[in-house]
Amino acid sequence: MKETKSQFNLVSFLTKYAMVIALVVVFILFSVLTDGTLLRPQNMSNLMLQNGYVLVMACGMLLCILTGGNIDLSVGSVVCLVGGLAAVLISNMGLPAIPVIILCLAVGLLVGIWQGYWIGYVRIPPFITTLGGMFIFRGIARLILSSKTVAIQDSTFLNIFTAYIKIPGLDSGDMKLSPIIVGVIAAAYIIFNTVKNRSDRAKKGYRQNSAFSDYVKSGLIAALVLYYCYLLSQYRGISVMLVWVVAICLIYNFITSKTSFGRYFYAVGGNEKATQLSGINTNKIYFIAYANMGLLAGLCGLLCAARIGSVNGSTGTSFEMDAIGSCFIGGASAYGGSGTVGGVVIGALLLGVINMGMSIMGLGDAWQYVIKGGVLLLAVIFDVVTSRKSGSK
Amino acid sequence: MANTILEMKSITKEFPGVKALDNVNLKVEAGEIHALIGENGAGKSTLMNVLSGTYPAGSYEGEIYYEGKLCQFKTQKDSEALGIVIIHQELALIPLLSIGENMFLGNEIKNKMGYIDWDKTYSEAERHMRQVGLSESSQTLVKDIGTGKQQLVEIAKAFSKKVKLLILDEPTSSLNDEAAKMLLDLLIDFKKDGLTSIIITHKLNEIIYCADKVTIIRDGSTIETLVKGVDEFSEDRIIKGMVGRSMEDRYPAREHNIKPEVNLEVKNWTVHHPLYPERVVDENISFYIRKGEVVGFSGLQGAGRTELAMSIFGRSYGAGITGELYLGGQKVDLRSPQEAIRHKLAYVTEDRKTNGLILDESIRFNTTLARIDKICRGGVIDQDQEVQVAEEMTKAMGTKTPTIEQRVGNLSGGNQQKALLGKWMFTEPDILIMDEPTRGIDVGAKYEIYCLINKMVSEGKSVMMISSELPELLGMCDRIYVMNEGHLLAEVDAKDATQEGIMGYIIRDANKVQ
Repeated sequence: MKETKSQFNLVSFLTKYAMVIALVVVFILFSVLTDGTLLRPQNMSNLMLQNGYVLVMACGMLLCILTGGNIDLSVGSVVCLVGGLAAVLISNMGLPAIPVIILCLAVGLLVGIWQGYWIGYVRIPPFITTLGGMFIFRGIARLILSSKTVAIQDSTFLNIFTAYIKIPGLDSGDMKLSPIIVGVIAAAYIIFNTVKNRSDRAKKGYRQNSAFSDYVKSGLIAALVLYYCYLLSQYRGISVMLVWVVAICLIYNFITSKTSFGRYFYAVGGNEKATQLSGINTNKIYFIAYANMGLLAGLCGLLCAARIGSVNGSTGTSFEMDAIGSCFIGGASAYGGSGTVGGVVIGALLLGVINMGMSIMGLGDAWQYVIKGGVLLLAVIFDVVTSRKSGSK
Repeated sequence: MANTILEMKSITKEFPGVKALDNVNLKVEAGEIHALIGENGAGKSTLMNVLSGTYPAGSYEGEIYYEGKLCQFKTQKDSEALGIVIIHQELALIPLLSIGENMFLGNEIKNKMGYIDWDKTYSEAERHMRQVGLSESSQTLVKDIGTGKQQLVEIAKAFSKKVKLLILDEPTSSLNDEAAKMLLDLLIDFKKDGLTSIIITHKLNEIIYCADKVTIIRDGSTIETLVKGVDEFSEDRIIKGMVGRSMEDRYPAREHNIKPEVNLEVKNWTVHHPLYPERVVDENISFYIRKGEVVGFSGLQGAGRTELAMSIFGRSYGAGITGELYLGGQKVDLRSPQEAIRHKLAYVTEDRKTNGLILDESIRFNTTLARIDKICRGGVIDQDQEVQVAEEMTKAMGTKTPTIEQRVGNLSGGNQQKALLGKWMFTEPDILIMDEPTRGIDVGAKYEIYCLINKMVSEGKSVMMISSELPELLGMCDRIYVMNEGHLLAEVDAKDATQEGIMGYIIRDANKVQ
């Protein structure tokens, strides 16, 4: 421990932060290639909103993957089912938005419970269960939509999911002030938290990271948050959707890193037998992973319906692959047992930046697929090779 | 007894932290049945894996001469090419393929065009099957024939590889008496045709029945070779060779401080197999452990000891479990490992790598896993406290590691075992069930584990110790229960017990079953 403190180990630093570095490199690359268009406030604001659905679903997918590299293929269909249900209930049947939202989230959860039951308690392989679900729910969604495109214009619904926050007096001018205030508070909190943690640890006599690395890290994050908020203020301010996405990411980060419940997912993926004999109900862990995935896919369906403004039979197609891809690019192990929400967010942003950069440059879908696939493969190869060298796996 | 077909000279094989074989010599004459015997973990299977090339040349020291030539096998294929075929304890047949397909797997008969000649495959397969007395069609699926016949298929497969030296690793362990006898008779028949066999077995009566010689292996060394007709060739003589080792100084002294209170009592405990509910794994077992007592469970593999322990530990094994369980005099019904842990029962599992630890996670993660609620407030882990308790446990167990963030998989066997003990000590148990607590770790680490056990019982805890090493039980326990084939045979006071006595119970019972 002393050695790593005194001397900076470049290799381990690069390995640890490889994906962050990759994100920065890709970001700079596309900023240059697009002559800075990528950095425009509008694009930066859209980056988070376009990829919001991936981030929300990837948080749920991470829990599934943690249990042993298991994935959920049905989430794209669930997005269509829940989004379609919301659109039909609100637009065609004229029901009020709030009960519909609650009902739709319940439907998402129900789908998750259905799949979680088969996977957790009957031990049907997740791949097959969710492949079945992928077809079943896509079909049901099309039945509900009667194979038509249904638009949503209900303002309550849109306000809850996609509108930009407008506080009179603050956000009326060209420069929106509320993002600045939020940014300053967030940045201050990040710095304050670091200081507090360090002093707590010092008081109790626990081992510390070096002050330099702690402060540089939190300083960088705070600066990034501030800068992003500044960009938002230049455009239309903070979108409600951004609030949803950030909240979900923070909640799942907290669950996976700080709670005993979250830790069980890592334990199951690491060694199910040992986990079982440690008094943990592993069936329940599988069940919850998929039940939760259903709920998040449902939420995602509502976000998508609101953002696009309409739902049709192919909404959500291949969303599952974006979520799965983000997890693996973000360093989740294909055998389960390791992966973090932070990593997943970086994975999703990496994919998002590449997509957006290439769109701005006018490269078509075809190339985007090739690059996306290549990045996924490269990221996992890197992960496997480096972890083999360091002796794990 | 003219020519020596196989000679293994000064074979030494080390695994990280353990010397599995130490300067082993083995000489086998052509046309004999040569038995290898020794306790679990004595090194029999390792020796045969060295011979077959499963452990390639270079990974061990020593020389192998086969038919007079020095051999350096890189893979099992190399040894098979010379006619050395090993049949493992766990059969290597694929249930959903036919007998014929299995026999020529990896060795397919191809025609000129390079694709598989199925007609020839099946007729060749049947020819070899007739040799071993199998009358089935070679197109029958392996899953549709019994274990005994599967064993014969393995031998037929060996014939298809033109076997000269056949090695059988506990071939009769999963067979009933009739099938076992048939198999041994078959080996005696083949001997007449000049086949040499090496048979690894625990069953002494089988050795007496069919072997010409027996080599006894103990703690990774060959002790002696007995020859039928020359040496005394009896079960008692073999047992003496198997167990005769000095015991002084291997076990730390302990003050025997047994309290009168019974901590754990099991009455009329019966456990059935989870997949085959008609099979009884443990039948009508009753025993008790007092406070401050170490009670040993002795028996061979398959005696039902692990199954007994796991079924007590919150029914983590078995189906149709009946019987009564008392903890501290209170009758309890533990339906899950979680309930067992809450009732201050701990099960330190056999095979720490697959059942005990999460190898990819840190010592810290593993230490707190079974009782993480102890360091949680409202479901949120107090990470500082977690670090603290993990460090305390690591220190208390004497685990040697740079930090508690060390990946458990990178620790040595002994330190893994200590980390596992730390995990269970963190649950603050009154009763510890320890299943093979010192398997695969070196003598020094064993001693430290024994000291930890002594410390636990001096605090008034009770230990149920399952071990296949008789000296360990005799050195550590206050009382020993002897089990065989799911039955409790005897209860002996460790002070009066001898290895011969305990082994005698088991052998007599095994013969009775035969």
